[in-house]
Amino acid sequence: MPPLPAGLPRGGNGPGCGNGRMEAMASTTRERTSKLARIGGVYRTDTGKKYAMATSGVVLLAFVLGHMIGNLHVFEGAHDGVYRIDEYGEGLRSLGEPLFPRTLVLWVFLRLPLTAAFLVHIHAAWSLTRSNKAARGAKYQSPRNYLAANYASRTMRWSGVIVVLFLLWHLADLTIGVEAVNPGFRRGEVYQNLVFSLGRWPVWILYTAAQAALGFHIWHGAWSLFQSLGVNNPRFNRFRRIFANVFSTAVVVGFLSVPLGVALDVVR
Amino acid sequence: MDLTLRVWRQRGPLDEGGFETYQAAGVSGDMSFLELLDVVNEQLVTEGREPIAFDHDCREGICGSCGLMIDGRAHGPRASTATCQLHMREFSDGDTIVVEPWRAAAFPIIRDLVVDRTPFDRIIEAGGYISAPTGSAPEANLIPVPKGTSDTAMDAAACIGCAACVAACPNSAAHLFTAAKVVHLNLLPQGQPERWRRVERMVETMEEYFGSCTSHGECEKACPKDISLDNIAVMNRDYLQAKIRNR
Ligand code: HEM
Ligand code: FES
Repeated sequence: MPPLPAGLPRGGNGPGCGNGRMEAMASTTRERTSKLARIGGVYRTDTGKKYAMATSGVVLLAFVLGHMIGNLHVFEGAHDGVYRIDEYGEGLRSLGEPLFPRTLVLWVFLRLPLTAAFLVHIHAAWSLTRSNKAARGAKYQSPRNYLAANYASRTMRWSGVIVVLFLLWHLADLTIGVEAVNPGFRRGEVYQNLVFSLGRWPVWILYTAAQAALGFHIWHGAWSLFQSLGVNNPRFNRFRRIFANVFSTAVVVGFLSVPLGVALDVVR
Repeated sequence: MDLTLRVWRQRGPLDEGGFETYQAAGVSGDMSFLELLDVVNEQLVTEGREPIAFDHDCREGICGSCGLMIDGRAHGPRASTATCQLHMREFSDGDTIVVEPWRAAAFPIIRDLVVDRTPFDRIIEAGGYISAPTGSAPEANLIPVPKGTSDTAMDAAACIGCAACVAACPNSAAHLFTAAKVVHLNLLPQGQPERWRRVERMVETMEEYFGSCTSHGECEKACPKDISLDNIAVMNRDYLQAKIRNR
């Protein structure tokens, strides 16, 4: 079909929508609820959960992009005996100092919103999955021949679960430094910690494999979120897929560069 | 050509059902898929067996009655084609063709290949109409509609409500159907008075029966009328606006 016109008529100012009486009738019968209550109410619908999924997805996408770029400090090595990435980590922890106590800004502006986004995203995913399963009912008894649904789109929940499991390991390994997970962990020594961790081949494989799951997930997600949020315009619709391709490739390649650097002995 | 058919047979909604195999000999490539079923049914009747029940009406791709899962694809192997317009030349001699009814929790099987698509009527009842004064048709040029808008609305209006989108969707979502109906009316000036109520009520009715959209795009590929996935984005946006602005 030809693309949707850019200037869709909007209620009230579209061409020929001067039926003010009908509009007024429609709105006076409505309850006057607060905007916040209405936004909360939207989350009760599946469509609302998809908005939440996409919005939290955007936050998470911003995070993975930022994280990936931050990781590239690894390749700057050391400077005056201090690893650049250690400085970067320290910079994050001391954000806002001396105005705010150490790590406060990191917690309030980065960690808490991220956790919230994860929780919303996972709750919506869980509840949509249930609703979708219920709607499918009986499965087809003969094999399906999918045309558009691809590996990435059909494994969103699995790639998502793998990302969560990986995330838990990753936090224990390089953020918290749980003894059983990373016995070589020393607080603040980002560079040494990751070199130690990735020096163990099973861990190296884990980190590399997890990027595949993340890559598939964000490749589908970074396009699907436009649909969910209704970001649609014939002038840029074709860029939505391109954006997803470029974004997910950049994130995956960027993340993979660190274990690759370790394997090639560039990072040691 | 000679074909083997494996067709889903089910006596009624509560019957378990299962595949049965039939041979169709001397099938002509010019026959439609429904004509093939007619031929098989004649055979069955002569043998004193129950014919296969299937939905059909116009047999020219406009009513939306027909719809079968053929070899795992809604409406069969040919793109942009309803089952009634699918010709047997798409198949080759010796093929085994598997035929199943549409499946979704909201579409219980009535018998064999016939399913109950009442939920689509419920969605239309919720807002798939306009409240225009009736009477003689007004002069067409009284209300100017931009060309792009009318084209898009007409493309959305091409939806015949066959439910292939639901049948093809791994989530059994009815977004493509509902979006086609919402966008068709919401774009046009005549649809403005109920614009926000329409999208709200149609989406919410849809959600009572069907799953949510993961943007797989299977519906778009299954659609005999090439309804675009873009419509779903427009519907999602209108729904959000209706909810947040409380129009
Ligand atoms: C860094 C981590 C993650 C990022 C960047 C991310 C990003 C996204 C994005 C952008 C979407 C598209 C939203 C839409 O279609 O509107 C999405 C969908 C989805 N995500 Fe995530 N996500 C992440 C983690 C997770 C986790 C941990 C899960 C958990 C189980 C998960 C499960 C899902 C599912 C199931 C969908 C598809 C929902 C549907 O359309 O039916 N994601 N994700
Ligand atoms: S029988 Fe009417 S569309 Fe196929």
